[in-house]
Amino acid sequence: MGPALKLVAQRIALGLLLLLAVSALIFAGTMILPGDVAQSILGQSATPEALANLRAELGLNDPPVQRYFEWLFNALQGDLGTALTNGRSITESIGQRLSNTLFLAFWAAVVAVPLAIFLGLLAVRYKDRWPDKLISAVTLASISIPEFLIGYMLMYLIAVKLRWFPSVSMINDSMSFLEKLSSIALPVAVLTLVVLAHMMRMTRAAILNVMQSAYIETAELKGLSGFQVIYRHAFPNAVAPIVNVVMLNLAYLVVGVVVIEVVFTYPGMGQYLVDHVSKRDVPVVQACGLIFAAVYIGLNLIADVVSILSNPRLRHPK
Amino acid sequence: MNKHMQYLASQAVAGKLTRRDFLGKAAALGFTAVSANLLLSGAAKAAGPQKGGTIKVGIQGGGASDSLDPALGANATASQVTRLWGEPLLELDPQGGIWPRLAESYEASADARVWTFKIREGVTFSNGKTLTADDVLATMDRHSGEDTKSGALGIMRGIKAMRAEGNDFIVELDTPNADLPYLLTDYHLAIQPDGGKDDPAAGIGTGPYILKSVEPGVRFVAEKNPNYWDDSLGHAEAIELIVINDDTARVAALQSGQVHMINRVPPRTAKLVDRAPNINVQTTSGPGHYVFIMHTNTAPFDNKDLRLALKYGINRQELVDKILSGYGSVGNDTPINSSYPLFTQLEQREYDPDKAAFHLKQSGFDGSVLLRTSDNSFPGAPDASALFQQSAGAAGINLEIKREPNDGYWSEVWNNKPFCTSYWGGRPTQDQMFTTAYLSTADWNDTRFNNEQFDQMLVAARGELDEGKRTQMYADMSTILRDEGGLICPMFNDFVDGVSTEVGGWVDAKQGFELNNFYAPMKMWLAA
Repeated sequence: MGPALKLVAQRIALGLLLLLAVSALIFAGTMILPGDVAQSILGQSATPEALANLRAELGLNDPPVQRYFEWLFNALQGDLGTALTNGRSITESIGQRLSNTLFLAFWAAVVAVPLAIFLGLLAVRYKDRWPDKLISAVTLASISIPEFLIGYMLMYLIAVKLRWFPSVSMINDSMSFLEKLSSIALPVAVLTLVVLAHMMRMTRAAILNVMQSAYIETAELKGLSGFQVIYRHAFPNAVAPIVNVVMLNLAYLVVGVVVIEVVFTYPGMGQYLVDHVSKRDVPVVQACGLIFAAVYIGLNLIADVVSILSNPRLRHPK
Repeated sequence: MNKHMQYLASQAVAGKLTRRDFLGKAAALGFTAVSANLLLSGAAKAAGPQKGGTIKVGIQGGGASDSLDPALGANATASQVTRLWGEPLLELDPQGGIWPRLAESYEASADARVWTFKIREGVTFSNGKTLTADDVLATMDRHSGEDTKSGALGIMRGIKAMRAEGNDFIVELDTPNADLPYLLTDYHLAIQPDGGKDDPAAGIGTGPYILKSVEPGVRFVAEKNPNYWDDSLGHAEAIELIVINDDTARVAALQSGQVHMINRVPPRTAKLVDRAPNINVQTTSGPGHYVFIMHTNTAPFDNKDLRLALKYGINRQELVDKILSGYGSVGNDTPINSSYPLFTQLEQREYDPDKAAFHLKQSGFDGSVLLRTSDNSFPGAPDASALFQQSAGAAGINLEIKREPNDGYWSEVWNNKPFCTSYWGGRPTQDQMFTTAYLSTADWNDTRFNNEQFDQMLVAARGELDEGKRTQMYADMSTILRDEGGLICPMFNDFVDGVSTEVGGWVDAKQGFELNNFYAPMKMWLAA
């Protein structure tokens, strides 16, 4: 086994171990929330009898360690249990929500990633001249404004005033593909604005870093044009840090878009999680936590693997 | 201006304004006779119910964890969804009184102990089963049984026995209760086949609509029930409920025409929203109230003078103006206002720093009073607390405010700590409101109010069928509560709904809850 493959295998094993540790943390974390499920479900209209009945029915009296291992064992088999609050299958509900979230994240990524990298390349090409400064100013401004405010502004201008796209990004199975795209246009726009700056600046910085190497000078002396030097020689060597920041932002698009989902009433994972946290629906909170952790760890794993594989010194062992 | 004309035209069509008066006003406002007549014919066309179309409702209050089981419903979405597919025995008449629904008629024995409800014939559930008195019995049984989790349990308490006899459903009560019909309008008590004992969350009922798509916390689609018995309800072909919890997003959805009506327009922006040409903001003064509650059995609030000092130390009008932006009315330290059937206006307690200072001195208390609050208790509660702190400070009362997390407020603070902000949605009758929260033995006696005289009067009033005497008894009880109780009730909040001009049929109501007591999507129609 080459050193590259060995490193990759190690990295994957480490990821799985991390996931297990996170699962224990999630379980412990949900135990220390104040209040309890029964009270939260019944809200202000809870009578003592109703509370006692509900508590018994939900099995809130079993020891926590036993509940952890039962939960983990079932989760490994794809069974995340049923929501305490409404008895619906969590696996089914999350399946729908997760696919919605991934749909939104996918289209946001499709717009944002190439745009960010292109703008990064453009900024390097025209370093310290007006295109560079303009790109920096606009992306920094968009990342500095709170995302809900960008959301409300776009909603007011584009949905209420111009009526180009809907303000409520409800998607469902009866919609055609184009209808779905039009429905998510506004959240995609906001998410793009939010993640653009980070990826763009990282691309710019990584390439500028490489640009100081001796072989870039060689390429320039060969007489290659500015873009060719950047594209053919600098970019491939800057892939690792760029992939890293792209993956970080993809993870954000999946697990961090709660605010955008609430603003645009998008039926994704974030809203699902928030609704259940406030009701102390522990199995759902745990399931969402586990999935979010898996996504985060998975994407970081991919970034690491790409970095390892893109390192020529590991690809060609002596 | 145009909106005013539309309003006048609708008044003319409804016969509340003569045609000549209308044309006169139109001319005065600068409209030509032709355009005025055009407006009138348009209004006439829109006046009658029109069938068809899909009414879309943006609704606040609902989450992914909601269940379809009416027993567990605890928010606006649950109330609204249940209304679509299910019906209770009776309905609140918007003008006061009761409308029959699944109970065609009802009568009480002379002592108001035994009630007989005649169940409507020829009504079928959406699964094809015919409605019988046994289904009604089973439904009530499920909500009142020992192991129930129903939110309606509190109102089912006084029932001694129930039975079905042929087409009649008969209830026997422990103690007389003249208000039973009002209690049975509760949305939790939607009649289900066999009481929903097989599958309470199946969504099978006798309602005007049949649920087609259910995504809790996201969206509900219901189509017209072709076999529905009442022509006056359910004009649209389909109703789509979209859960939009974010205030700004909900208002934007109404403004951009994505939905036809929304509940809970934020009072702060309601006047702005009303200015939009295609939207009317509708307000209903309701029984809901924003309150400060003190435990009358816990020091220092066990001191009547201190309680009075705090009651005189709050500026009610200021709270109505600033917290409700005027969409509400001042309270009088009783949970009862004019939206209750047997209401009597008591002398209004005003902000009076001198009296507050006097009672503070009488109480002999000279420390600071700790008030706990969070936005979860009612919108703007921390601001209201700060205003209270200022007005009480002017009377020398040192009010300390502690802001609690929204999370777990109802389990950790409310009904737990001696002084906090809270909210009551109100109840259809005074008896129910008092029984729920102010009877010594009440489940949610959140002011720890314990007054023998009050308890006796409450029980006596329940059995009193003479309305005049009963009204007096309730007035007396309100007086006791106002002077002795642990409730500071500075304001009643209006229900503020937003309705597109594309829909007609809104009913101004004296009783009931938001969105025409959640009947709006069914009572209203899309004007072609």
